[in-house]
Amino acid sequence: MKNQPDAGSSRYQENYERMKALVTELQEQAEKIRLGGGEKARKLHTSRGKLLPRERIDRLIDPGSPFLEFSQFAGYQLYGNEEVPAGGIITGIGRVSGVECLVVANDATVKGGTYYPITVKKHLRAQEIAMQNHLPCLYLVDSGGANLPRQAEVFPDRDHFGRIFYNQAVMSSQGIPQIAVVMGSCTAGGAYVPAMADESIIVGKQGTIFLGGPPLVKAATGEEVSAEDLGGADLHCRKSGVTDHYALDDSHALHLARRAVRNLNYQKKVDVNIEPSEEPLFPADELYGIVGDQLKRNFDVKEVIARIVDGSKFDEFKALYGDTLITGFARVFGYPVGIIGNNGVLFSESAKKGTHFIQLCCQRNIPIVFLQNITGFMVGRDYEAGGIAKDGAKMVTAVACASVPKITVIIGGSYGAGNYGMCGRAYSPRFLYMWPNARISVMGGEQAATVLATIAKDQKAREGKQLSEADEAALKEPIISRFEAEGNPYYSSARLWDDGIIDPVDTRLVLGLSLSAALNAPTRKTEFGVFRM
Amino acid sequence: IVRYASTTAGHSIEKVLIANRGEIACRVIRTARKMGVKSIAVYSDADKNSMHVAMADEAYLIGPAASQQSYLSMEKIMQVAKKSAAQAIHPGYGFLSENTEFAELCKQEGIIFIGPPSSAIRDMGIKSTSKAIMSAAGVPVVEGYHGDNQSDECLKEHAKKIGYPVMIKAVRGGGGKGMRIAHSEKEFLDQLESARREAKKSFNDDAMLIEKFVDNPRHVEVQVFGDQHGNAVYLFERDCSVQRRHQKIIEEAPGPGIGPEVRKKLGEAAVRAAKAVNYVGAGTVEFIMDSQHNFYFMEMNTRLQVEHPVTEMITGTDLVEWQLRVAAGEKIPLAQEEISLRGHAFEARIYAEDPTNNFMPGAGPLLHLSTPPPDSFTRIETGVRQGDEVSVHYDPMIAKLVVWAEDRQAALRKLRYSLHQYNIVGLSTNIDFLLSLSGHSQFEAGNVHTNFIPQHHEELFPSRKATHNEVLCQAALGLILKEKMMTDVFRDQSNDKFSPFASSSGRRLNVSFTRNMTLLDGENNVDITVNYNHDGSYNMQIGEKTFLVSGDISHKGDSTYLRSSVNGIVCKSKLVILDNTIHLFLPGGSAQIGLPVPKYLSGVSATGPQGGAIAPMTGTVEKVFVKVGDKVEAGDPLMVMIAMKMEHIIRAPKAGIIKKVNYQEGSQANRHAALVELMDEETESK
Repeated sequence: MKNQPDAGSSRYQENYERMKALVTELQEQAEKIRLGGGEKARKLHTSRGKLLPRERIDRLIDPGSPFLEFSQFAGYQLYGNEEVPAGGIITGIGRVSGVECLVVANDATVKGGTYYPITVKKHLRAQEIAMQNHLPCLYLVDSGGANLPRQAEVFPDRDHFGRIFYNQAVMSSQGIPQIAVVMGSCTAGGAYVPAMADESIIVGKQGTIFLGGPPLVKAATGEEVSAEDLGGADLHCRKSGVTDHYALDDSHALHLARRAVRNLNYQKKVDVNIEPSEEPLFPADELYGIVGDQLKRNFDVKEVIARIVDGSKFDEFKALYGDTLITGFARVFGYPVGIIGNNGVLFSESAKKGTHFIQLCCQRNIPIVFLQNITGFMVGRDYEAGGIAKDGAKMVTAVACASVPKITVIIGGSYGAGNYGMCGRAYSPRFLYMWPNARISVMGGEQAATVLATIAKDQKAREGKQLSEADEAALKEPIISRFEAEGNPYYSSARLWDDGIIDPVDTRLVLGLSLSAALNAPTRKTEFGVFRM
Repeated sequence: IVRYASTTAGHSIEKVLIANRGEIACRVIRTARKMGVKSIAVYSDADKNSMHVAMADEAYLIGPAASQQSYLSMEKIMQVAKKSAAQAIHPGYGFLSENTEFAELCKQEGIIFIGPPSSAIRDMGIKSTSKAIMSAAGVPVVEGYHGDNQSDECLKEHAKKIGYPVMIKAVRGGGGKGMRIAHSEKEFLDQLESARREAKKSFNDDAMLIEKFVDNPRHVEVQVFGDQHGNAVYLFERDCSVQRRHQKIIEEAPGPGIGPEVRKKLGEAAVRAAKAVNYVGAGTVEFIMDSQHNFYFMEMNTRLQVEHPVTEMITGTDLVEWQLRVAAGEKIPLAQEEISLRGHAFEARIYAEDPTNNFMPGAGPLLHLSTPPPDSFTRIETGVRQGDEVSVHYDPMIAKLVVWAEDRQAALRKLRYSLHQYNIVGLSTNIDFLLSLSGHSQFEAGNVHTNFIPQHHEELFPSRKATHNEVLCQAALGLILKEKMMTDVFRDQSNDKFSPFASSSGRRLNVSFTRNMTLLDGENNVDITVNYNHDGSYNMQIGEKTFLVSGDISHKGDSTYLRSSVNGIVCKSKLVILDNTIHLFLPGGSAQIGLPVPKYLSGVSATGPQGGAIAPMTGTVEKVFVKVGDKVEAGDPLMVMIAMKMEHIIRAPKAGIIKKVNYQEGSQANRHAALVELMDEETESK
């Protein structure tokens, strides 16, 4: 591909500045979240000789290994005045002793590491990633357990606290190693994290594991016992056998965890052919100027692809057919990928083309990357009559059934059924990321407001009244602003509708890391459902 | 024609056995090769993979590591000589080189001993005899007592007569062994006892002589050469004044500040000395010289000296070649008038030793060894290669670095330049010390004497300064790049060669990656905050200062080079990372930066040394002074160890009661072995 945006144009300049501002804001917010709990909490934590959770991860993973962190914005403005940076838990993938591992680390500086509903959700999502991609799990446990005031939202349901241990058992049964490092409290349900692990490590005079803590024991039986005597490292390594390795401090524990990974005899078998990686021909930051932050402005997704893939080489498939959907093969860090991107609304042809292309990728065992910027499927009498619902369903079926790794990046709008066809969250892509300019909702705020205003107008009309323009605007305004707020990537990420907001410049890297992680899972053959013809 | 005639008249040497090891064996083999003479090496168990064995045309195992049973075993060496049909034996220096019996044995067996006749060795080996002969030949000597009455009282009496300070020397001694100085009557008997013990051990003879100790003398020696035709020449003097533990470490030729007149007088005196004993072959006449350039005969070494290369460099000769030719019956290749002096040469002896710990000899593996490139003006005389071990059984000299230039200043500059390129990791060496020594203004001025090191101790051992931040940045960079290299190796072995997880970029999403590193600068922990920039550079923060650092590592031969840019200043250094230390060899000197050992690894050793006395190095326990239950004060002697041919007194590190003595007399103790366990008095009473 030989593309060159008009970098001098005012539109490019404006796009660039505005996207850049979004990225700067993203980085500033992320840097704040990186600190975890307040300064007081951090000081207290380190004064006990404990490492901060991010430092624990830095020392756990190989020196210099990148860390693909998920959902930094989990819990962002989710609990009113209660700030829960990163949802009180840090999750991501890094290499440990050369093995790509999923790391889950409680942040005890955030509300003592207790599990808010979003903490549970993030922990479960991390386990889901591990399960789908066959990644050994390392749990750096330092948590007070369930957040008691919110127990109703964390305890009873299927995807609540208990699911963590269910997942551990199931993953272990699937040969996905489960290693726990107890670096602080592991109370009540939390006690099962090390207990359910294949191998567990505990830090002496620091880690504790018990089903009921000293206050509960006293309440229940009147017995007075210290936390250390009740569930310290000495007890669990020497007497109970709940933990296997005794560490002198955090660094030692992490060293032992690295050693445990080395002893997994784990081999990554990459089942795709790999070519030498090449940098794209065009600078990645041109994406700012090409895409910008105004969704109404069209851009050619091929310009985006040219700034992501190896050597900017894209072998387009069916270039002349259904051209609102771009399909083709490329490589990212040497890994083969099929790319599906949007250049406008989906028509029947585009949907059929997409279905065909997904079948090809599944047949050839090529991971699929969806670059999502979609307003939806075409509406209107002719299209309905043409069977757009049926053709859209073909694509949705193909996306749902495809068992090659699927990775979705929302680079613009994600609306309506377009979200389904382009592998939205419900279609279980292995990873789903958003750009900071992206928006996600069932339809655009304007359209939704217009739909609702029209219904209101019709109602008034039936009553013989008329809706004044001012009334109409007053009716539409809150809907538009609500859609705008709820469609925002921060709103999405806070609720874990995605795996993180990323800088467009990092898209290539994030895809490379995600593909590398995804290729740990053994290949599964795809079997499609019935395609309505 | 004359030379040809003399060659045919003598015995032709086709095969030479070298009854030695290390650098001198290699040195002799090189000349033998050049002359087309086959070389036979002998070796002990400890030396089976040594360089001299690899270099020789043939090599024979002669026994276990201990030199008494190998390199000092005349019988075994003679067997090899016969088996290999060697016509001559070159004894090198040390070992059997000045052994009368061996010279005689050779003669009996009809094998040429490359050295002087046994009579000359005997005469010169006994110091009292040598002085008498020299005195008679008109060579100036120092006053002293060389009598047979060896009673403590008699020796003490003479010492008093000569006047303190006096030197107590083993009659059969040499090389600083069995030699002590008594500064006052009070310490005389202690020193005498110590000298005797060492002499007994080294020469099996504890007869002592007492000499006037000349304060701050220079040690000047003259290379002489004699042949079987009654000729003797001198090849000018060497100055070997700068010594530690009475052993030379840096030598030069000619002697600085010595004029042609004194030079001639020295040379002629030395030739007189050689002729007095009908000397044949290479010999060295040692003098002490006072500040007025008066010189006195000290002793004659009847062998090729360690420092002979400096003489070769200024005279353009090959003394080993001369030795072989003269031994074969030829005349000395050059007449006195034909021997001219040109330029200036230095030799620095590179030892495995710890200058900061009283030059304690060391041993161990040469994990990394790189030298300046040898050329006709730079000689590296060595017997070891990278990966070899400096053995506890023999002399801890690693190499001799010999340089030549037109004048002293240029030669000294060359010496320093070359020392910078001599990089060793694995054991302590004296290289940095040699650098500060050769860089000392008084040394540059040629104001050398035997007391040089104690006199300038403070400047030669500057208190350790904090390493420059820029160097710390380079160390951190070296460490990061080495980690990256290892990740790259791992990646290249996998079938997943391009995964960005193996990029070592430290990338994080939306946030910067900051790594907190701690380096050990001497005793001090230095915290460095390293920020990984997206362009592959690093921002390093030490205290309040920030440095922009980038670079790469490359390999040339066995060496790894670090090219670094710190705040725009580019520097290339050699990088060796071994165990927990980063070694940087920079153009301005070397730096060792440690990596703090994590608590979980250091837990055991941290409490080790406090509980008792530990062996400073591998050696044999010679004497045990204490038994279980004895009460000792800090500093009390507990044991005497013999290691690296030196006596080490093991003292109590603190007051207490002996709990256990782990080694008995005669047993071998490894480095850092706990010799004696102590407990506190209070602990005992409890």
